[in-house]
Amino acid sequence: MNILVCISHVPDTTSKINFSDDSTSFNTDGIQFIINPYDEFGLTKAIKLKNKHGGKVTVIHYGPVSSEPTLRKALAIGADEAIRIDGQPEDSFSVAKALSKVIEEHRFDLIIAGRESIDYNGGAVPAMIAELLDLPFVNACTGLDVSGSEVKMEREIEGGKEFVNAILPVIIAGQKGLVEESDLIIPNMRGIMTARTKPLSVVDDGNHLSKCHSVSFEKPPVKQACKMIDAGQEKELVTLLHQEAKVI
Amino acid sequence: MSVVVYAESSNGSFKKGTFEILTFAHETAKKLNLRCVAITLGNTHDDIQHLSNYGVDKVVNVNAHFDICDNKGIANALSQIAQNENATVFVLSNSNTGKTIGPRLSVKLDASFISNVVDIPQQASPFVIKKKSFSGKAFEMAQSNSEKVIVALSPNAYRITENANSDCEFTTSEIEKISQNVTSAGIEKAQGKLSLAEAETVVSAGRGLKGPENWQMIEELADLLNAGTACSKPVSDIGWRPHSEHVGQTGKAIAPNLYIAIGISGAIQHLAGVNSSKVMVAINTDPEAPFFKAADYGIVGDAFEVVPRLIDEIKRFKSSN
Repeated sequence: MNILVCISHVPDTTSKINFSDDSTSFNTDGIQFIINPYDEFGLTKAIKLKNKHGGKVTVIHYGPVSSEPTLRKALAIGADEAIRIDGQPEDSFSVAKALSKVIEEHRFDLIIAGRESIDYNGGAVPAMIAELLDLPFVNACTGLDVSGSEVKMEREIEGGKEFVNAILPVIIAGQKGLVEESDLIIPNMRGIMTARTKPLSVVDDGNHLSKCHSVSFEKPPVKQACKMIDAGQEKELVTLLHQEAKVI
Repeated sequence: MSVVVYAESSNGSFKKGTFEILTFAHETAKKLNLRCVAITLGNTHDDIQHLSNYGVDKVVNVNAHFDICDNKGIANALSQIAQNENATVFVLSNSNTGKTIGPRLSVKLDASFISNVVDIPQQASPFVIKKKSFSGKAFEMAQSNSEKVIVALSPNAYRITENANSDCEFTTSEIEKISQNVTSAGIEKAQGKLSLAEAETVVSAGRGLKGPENWQMIEELADLLNAGTACSKPVSDIGWRPHSEHVGQTGKAIAPNLYIAIGISGAIQHLAGVNSSKVMVAINTDPEAPFFKAADYGIVGDAFEVVPRLIDEIKRFKSSN
């Protein structure tokens, strides 16, 4: 099975987010970048599927050369090869366009993306690819099993889950449940060494026009000091929630 | 030209999020001086009568049934109506369905797609709108470069206002259905659970609870407050609670009116997912827990003593009010 995993390169979850002085861009000073957590679940799932059914796992990322360490990490975890679309994407649509072009050329059976990236949280790229390439799409996918060309999937829906079926090729937007946190693979020394020589190709981004862009950023307003209530005075808390905060 | 809104329903009934987007669409239409049109899929006339209470000028009911997993078919139906109604702004809820349909629709209509929106557009031309970014750690002003824009509104971000429109027009539309490429093999409902995204109050607990057997008091407190239950990431990772309850940066982002965090220290990743809550209460044994810097009200104390007393006080409060 020929599997593609889409990788976003995002600030580590512990990062404090700051912006440039004019508030127009994200300030990456001192930021550690990681594989987007939702994509890491997908990558781990892809490697498991390859171990079971054979085939190849390719990872793809759209970004400048500075994001290559993230792709190398995906190779160290167990992907076979990597593709970097060279450029600085502006919006979901230009990413979806550029990825769709590569997907068409390589004829992947299964395309796994994360439910959203934890930086801009658009959550739009996989569904856009599905529309551009007329592929079956399953969002918030929490389970997947392939037999022949049939895929059985589980997805989260509001207030429960749904079991769905489709025929390959399929694109999914995955999340925890595809694999568990404890299944995630920490690269070992051998993985890190072999990752250095695995193929990483760079392709042109095709210069697709974006349909929207960020104008400015702001941080949420600073909260007022927390009102402390002594243990034993829970009645006071109930009164405050009722009379002052008016939430009960 | 019009603002078109997809009034999502399940089994004929509209969810709270649908009334939020109807209010939002009506106020957007008013600001941009456009008509407001709601689309319903496969509803009955009785179902849709009360949509006019939220200021819409027209309701188009598509006379067809769609499985909720048929995102291709739903997007196709919505785009046909959006084109008939000359939509320049299309509004969806930032629900699982909305986020699945919206991007497809944007490709079909050659529109931009902006999700996690929290307020009506600041201006029409260029179209600029405020959205959440960096998993709740920031807000962003996003600008559309296209003439048409699809927006997905965050749940609990916009207050529902009733605005009766007695001139509302109701029509039924037939569309050309396309074949489905994802089929449903059944739905499993979580029992009696309130949807976390829409819950007005959420009671959440962390590792401080020491074990899954201690969640009974959390559920009792949640029941009393008609609240949803949530948990921190470590708790879902070790399997004390289902993943669907994990709130935080890599779980669900929520914005209830009241969030009660019990035995959760308040790591930055957790706060990112909950800091849109209007009021936050922290209960923790550690006075240095970071949650006390983010919360509105705090109690330093043992959850096993504080929570039962809090339950008693709320019962007393409810019986006297």
